[in-house]
Amino acid sequence: MALDEIKIGGLGASRRRVEDNRFIRGKGNYIDDIALPGMLHMEILRSPLAHARIRSIDVSAAWAVPGVRMVLTGDMLAARNLAWMPTLSYDTQAVLATDKVRFQGQEVACVVADDPYIAKDGCEAIVVDYEPLPPIVNPTQAKAPGAPLIRDDKTGQDSNVVFDWEVGDREGTDRAFAQADVVSTIDMHYPRSHPSPIEACGSIADFDRATSKLTVYMTTQAPHIIRAAVALVAELPEHMIRIVSPDLGGGFGNKVPVYPGYVVSILASILLECPVKWIEDKSGNLISTGFGRDIYLKGEMALRNDGRILGVRMHTDSDHGAFFSDAQPSKFKIGLMHSAFSCYDIPVAHLTAQGVYTNKAPGGVAYRCSFRVTEAMYFQERMVQAAAADLGMDQAEFRRINLVRDDDFPHRTPWGFLTDSGQYGKCLDLGLEAIGYEDFLRQKEEARQRGRLLGIGISTMTEPLGAGNSREYDILGIKMFDSAELKVHMTGKALLRTGAKTQGQGHETTWAQIVAHELGIPAEDVLVEEGDTDTAPFGMGTYASRSTPVAGAAVAMVSRKIRAKARKIAAHLLEVSEEDIEWELGRFSVRGAPDRGVTIQECAIAAYSNMPDGMEPGLENNAYYDPPNLTWPFACYIATVEVDPETGVWDVLRVVAVDDCGVRINPMIVEGQIMGGLTEAYAMANMQFITFDEDGNCIGSNYMDYLLPTAWETPGFELHEVVTPCPHHPIGAKGIGECATVGGPAAFVNAVIDAIGDSGVRNIDMPLLPDRVHEAITQGHDVSGAPPVKTEP
Amino acid sequence: MYPSRFRYEAPSTVAEAVAMLAAADGEAKILAGGQSLIPMMKLRFAAPAMIVDINGIGGLDYHRSDPDGTYRIGALCRHADLEKSAALADAQPTIAAAAPLVADPLVRTRGTLVGSVCHADPQGDWASVMVSLEGAIVAQGPNGHRSIQVADLIDGPFQTVLAPDEIAVEAVIPAARGARVGGYLKLERRVGDFATVGVAVSVEMSGGSVARAGIGLTGVGPATINASDAAAALVGTVLGADAVDAAAQLAAEAAQPRSDHRGSADYKRHVVATFVRRIGAQIQRSEHEAA
Repeated sequence: MALDEIKIGGLGASRRRVEDNRFIRGKGNYIDDIALPGMLHMEILRSPLAHARIRSIDVSAAWAVPGVRMVLTGDMLAARNLAWMPTLSYDTQAVLATDKVRFQGQEVACVVADDPYIAKDGCEAIVVDYEPLPPIVNPTQAKAPGAPLIRDDKTGQDSNVVFDWEVGDREGTDRAFAQADVVSTIDMHYPRSHPSPIEACGSIADFDRATSKLTVYMTTQAPHIIRAAVALVAELPEHMIRIVSPDLGGGFGNKVPVYPGYVVSILASILLECPVKWIEDKSGNLISTGFGRDIYLKGEMALRNDGRILGVRMHTDSDHGAFFSDAQPSKFKIGLMHSAFSCYDIPVAHLTAQGVYTNKAPGGVAYRCSFRVTEAMYFQERMVQAAAADLGMDQAEFRRINLVRDDDFPHRTPWGFLTDSGQYGKCLDLGLEAIGYEDFLRQKEEARQRGRLLGIGISTMTEPLGAGNSREYDILGIKMFDSAELKVHMTGKALLRTGAKTQGQGHETTWAQIVAHELGIPAEDVLVEEGDTDTAPFGMGTYASRSTPVAGAAVAMVSRKIRAKARKIAAHLLEVSEEDIEWELGRFSVRGAPDRGVTIQECAIAAYSNMPDGMEPGLENNAYYDPPNLTWPFACYIATVEVDPETGVWDVLRVVAVDDCGVRINPMIVEGQIMGGLTEAYAMANMQFITFDEDGNCIGSNYMDYLLPTAWETPGFELHEVVTPCPHHPIGAKGIGECATVGGPAAFVNAVIDAIGDSGVRNIDMPLLPDRVHEAITQGHDVSGAPPVKTEP
Repeated sequence: MYPSRFRYEAPSTVAEAVAMLAAADGEAKILAGGQSLIPMMKLRFAAPAMIVDINGIGGLDYHRSDPDGTYRIGALCRHADLEKSAALADAQPTIAAAAPLVADPLVRTRGTLVGSVCHADPQGDWASVMVSLEGAIVAQGPNGHRSIQVADLIDGPFQTVLAPDEIAVEAVIPAARGARVGGYLKLERRVGDFATVGVAVSVEMSGGSVARAGIGLTGVGPATINASDAAAALVGTVLGADAVDAAAQLAAEAAQPRSDHRGSADYKRHVVATFVRRIGAQIQRSEHEAA
């Protein structure tokens, strides 16, 4: 009899997360839990100014602090050709500043000492003489004639423009606009935010002079990429570098790049010949590491009176900070911004994008972002709501008219992606039914008569998750695929390793479920390990919702290789030909004689004790998986809100989420991902942003200024699902980790704009702070820009 | 997040603590709840040479009413003690309204009212509440005790008139002339955020009219604001809508907000006025229900 797949923790089992057993007992192994014998501690001195020339750095007093072992400056690094490092976008980034500081919080010097208190004392003893320069804090300033040149270190860089990029059909789009009945336009800013994982970054570099081996424990989402980067930057042989990414307290893209602290800790360990630990504090994390968004949009939509979208124009201005260090496919300059409008049937579109340097922290890709998809979908859904309003059309009906229909797949999007599956209309209908759309519209009208402002916002979107395929997706030219290695031991227990790296996603739980599904080995019998480059197969790591689409597929594929070998062993054990063997979960049997069978565990022991003649012993294999396409999940998020017209404060009444991420491996974990994403979406809509004052001071460098929502404010979420299996993924799964963060913000903003619709306001930039909403209601105009800097475009 | 080196002392009596402060030559800070001091030390915004931890001193964790109605809150009475007190809800409605709005549950478990008032953060809730109640702080120094009105205690952002060798041992709220009513409203972007605006209104009703009123404003100036003109506009009235409206306007004028990432100055003034009106309406409603 076949095993009950749910009972063995297979596909669809809401299995409890095995990793939580150690986390909730305080037995996790995070970077700061690791202590090596003789370990020293490093602290970073950061620039207080956004833009200044360094006249001199006097480190003598720091060397004099008892317990200080080394003080490192940019000049020391320059002598070793390490003052600058390559970014993930073919730019360069200062490791420690030599000529100028280019953002507040930039790394200027490092102190290594016996303990972190002394290291901090040493930093305070360093005297830096700065000559302040005018700071640039937004694209308008960056492009103004005569603007100070931020990157005067780069030969041939004569402006603050990083790139100009264009995609789509300019002439065709012009023709579509010429035929439009209505042209809807909108200007928006998606403010800078920060992923703010609960654990900041850190590293422990341990160079062993005797063996010449460098081991680095590092908070990284992509250990193999880091190993390659260290080999290239530090000019060390790659086989003598071991990167270990231990338990990670969240990543959200923040832990993809290489940061100066990692590099200097490695150099310090090589110079001092002892382990050197660097643990970033939360302020350091907020002001210097990979952020998200900070992008301006001008959008135009050509519309026909019957509600059809004829074409779309978008122009984005993105603010990349002082160094262009996005992690993104190298051929797409503004990531996958052109994945906007993929769920709608739009014949033609054109996107122009310009990126600039500013005196702000570099990064620009992090935060559940999937290469700028978050911004793309926000702009899309805000443009859709504005267009529906301009046509005087119901926002749900407008979406229904334009959504790609079920029988139109595969569908070529206006910017050339190929979507392959979905039931968009069904998701929308399910969402509308769950929220009680018609009833709510009546309640809203009744409330309006009594002076109360209710609103409803919808966001529907599909997004490209799971880079690669390797034809189009790379980082620094390294193709994006992933890997899994499975070793079934003789007792039928197994060890699985992948090239991904869990940071809270629950890989230790879900990968075992895929093995259980494919082989019938109970999930609890499968140990999952990731993150150690000496043991894990090569992979690109975890970000961009790529683990299940790529590494998860590799887990299924390697399991199938194991099954194929086990089938041969079963035929041998059952003394029949392989063609006469049938598979049911966990067991091979003889066709026509189902009582004669062997379990996968029996095959495992035979692989080490009774294999057929000529067969290689053992039951181990690996798989590298290069997906044929991205996966395209779909989501419909609907929020209802009430706005207090007197104060502009808004409260969420209900949130309904309908997600179609294909087959769900562990529904509980999927739901957790969605709730986490919706929480982040709510945060961005409501409170969360990093802004800068005119002097380039970061407003948002601590948790009193940069707000993360607590359980107190976070609304409840009502989750629903539709399942359209991914046609090319081995188990039919699609990415899910980023959907709610990407699609959620527009639902909240659309709801608030809907509530104050009578005011004629089309846009309030996130976060929708009470004063902005109040201004919009009382003044009847859009509220855009990022105060207190008043010069934003 | 590593503080500078400091010396740690844990006296067991107030007198001992005062002696330690006197010996520290102005370089000591008192640790009560520590919810502001410790983060400031970890950020190295504060680097006191000595910490005098008063948590080991017995008998400071009370809050109680004297027979004449005077209310006393000891230096180690936590926000949560006030929040959870049923007796306080009747006797001190403004304090009862403010207590659940102070910071977040974690901070409230540890932090103290007296410590918050003495920290003199313009964003602190308790100083506004105390100002609205004409409350005072009792300080103990080498020469004994003295009482200082909270309105006089704070002389700037994070600054008080306390001498370096004085410890605030108690907050005192005078007995009401009649029935005490009041409320506290706060606009914050998130639980635990600093107030964008906070408004404390305390009123003493006698014979159907206002015998005394106080209004304190949080987060809308360089220090806690005593909106005394606004409060005066309520005295002698029956707390009707017109009087409350006038007080609301005067309170908005008394505010000295600046535009920042929490909101524009105009908006903050508008919220001050709105909150005065809302507290007035709350009082009206509860008076009506009581009658």
